[in-house]
Amino acid sequence: MNRSALYWRAASFIVAAGFVGLWQVVANLRLVSPVFLPGPDRAWASLVRGFTSGDLLSKLLGTLEHMAYGWFAASVAGIALGAMIGSSRMLRSYVAPSLEFLRPLPVSAIIPVAIAMLGLTQSMAIFVIAFGAIWPMLLATIHGFAAVEPRLYEVARSLHMSRLAVIFKIALPSASPDILSGMRLSLTVALILAVVCEILAGLDGLGHWVLLSARSFRSADLFAGVILLGIIGYLTALAMSVVEKRLLKWRSSGH
Amino acid sequence: MIPERIKAFLLPIGALVALELWARAVHLQSDSLAPPSAIAAALVEAFKDGSILVATRDTLTSAFAGLLVGGAVGLAFGIALGIFHIFDRLMEVTIEAIRPIPSIALLPIALIALGFGYRMEILIVAFACVWPILILSRAAVSAIEPRLIEVSRALRLSPPDRVRKIIIPAALPRIFLAFRLAAGIALIVAVTVEIAINPIGLGAAIMTAQQALRPDLMLAYLLWIGLVGYLLNTGLVIAQRHLFGRAALVGDAA
Repeated sequence: MNRSALYWRAASFIVAAGFVGLWQVVANLRLVSPVFLPGPDRAWASLVRGFTSGDLLSKLLGTLEHMAYGWFAASVAGIALGAMIGSSRMLRSYVAPSLEFLRPLPVSAIIPVAIAMLGLTQSMAIFVIAFGAIWPMLLATIHGFAAVEPRLYEVARSLHMSRLAVIFKIALPSASPDILSGMRLSLTVALILAVVCEILAGLDGLGHWVLLSARSFRSADLFAGVILLGIIGYLTALAMSVVEKRLLKWRSSGH
Repeated sequence: MIPERIKAFLLPIGALVALELWARAVHLQSDSLAPPSAIAAALVEAFKDGSILVATRDTLTSAFAGLLVGGAVGLAFGIALGIFHIFDRLMEVTIEAIRPIPSIALLPIALIALGFGYRMEILIVAFACVWPILILSRAAVSAIEPRLIEVSRALRLSPPDRVRKIIIPAALPRIFLAFRLAAGIALIVAVTVEIAINPIGLGAAIMTAQQALRPDLMLAYLLWIGLVGYLLNTGLVIAQRHLFGRAALVGDAA
């Protein structure tokens, strides 16, 4: 079974390589103008050149920095607020409906408001990213807290645990799968909003880089930037799922 | 004891009243905030001159066109991958390599290839919508009761008939759920593209209001965009319940 899975994986890589080869052929035959579609060879060369002699690394770090600040701020605030709202039945019935109304709001619509308040600055970008990334975590935490097995609360009451102890010892661990999947969702949101803010505010980052490359018709650089953004998306999601598996190990083991 | 329904409205109404009173008390002069009464007036004004309706039409046209294109591609691939496991395994790496590219990163490519306007926005929305529909419809098709497939074999249905008569009806509740989620994504991506660069629709209108230093109009648009998103989602949830009844609940749990 394991071996055949490995073969399938290899075959799947060959298929993907075939698509890259097809892309190369299309680019070489100039079926699409090279202004729009560089071959994978040129995109790769541009990627390598950007890292060795260009400033692609600093752009990459810029985007990662925006994402990380916004996402961490959102994680802390989202989980804390979610714990506060979720652990109180009264707060929940007052606040949750408003949050449900706000949830389908396209979060990028907050960008103009953030620009009016903070200008075209880095703090604007971080505010927008944090605002966008907070929703999945906030709602997941509230939901996770509300869905805690009621008997656990009864146990806590009979043990005379304080509210903080209940949150840290019972509610948070029990809600952690919801919270972690919320955190993974927010990562995607954070990446998208980081790119948009960089495009709009001209901040140092990959969003700005791809836009500039497009404006000056450097398509190889443009594709290098897009590939790099895909890699960020893939690696952050991968890292998150590894963390998720680690942290949630106790659930599958035990009883 | 206050009934739950009223509790839901207390917070937003309280916030609006507080903002109004505060704005009047300090004679608010701001580029980013406006009293709710001014926001309401700006919203009415935008409705009267029709600008908000044109912008809404542009945004929804792009969002739905993108949803249709992306949905069709995603559904076709999702069903194909769900039926033919060989195909699914062979495409795995390719799909996992393309999927994490954030849709908005395609914006510069779409911009130089197609220029400003509907087409580039539709392309980006379509790219964003392909993935949720592909993945959920693939899961829906693989989760079909194997006996149904056996029945279709026993009846010697041709492959197109099998898809049309067995697979799509059996997977439809979950496919509809996928479309509902994708519709929300389509609206978000459309507005985002407009805010970032494309000079049409609600996103462009809210950016213009900000640049014209009209916080009342900007917040009116923000409110309206939120309302459109809410109504779209609520409408689709109701449609889902109405169309599929109890079967809809199965999809939501997944």
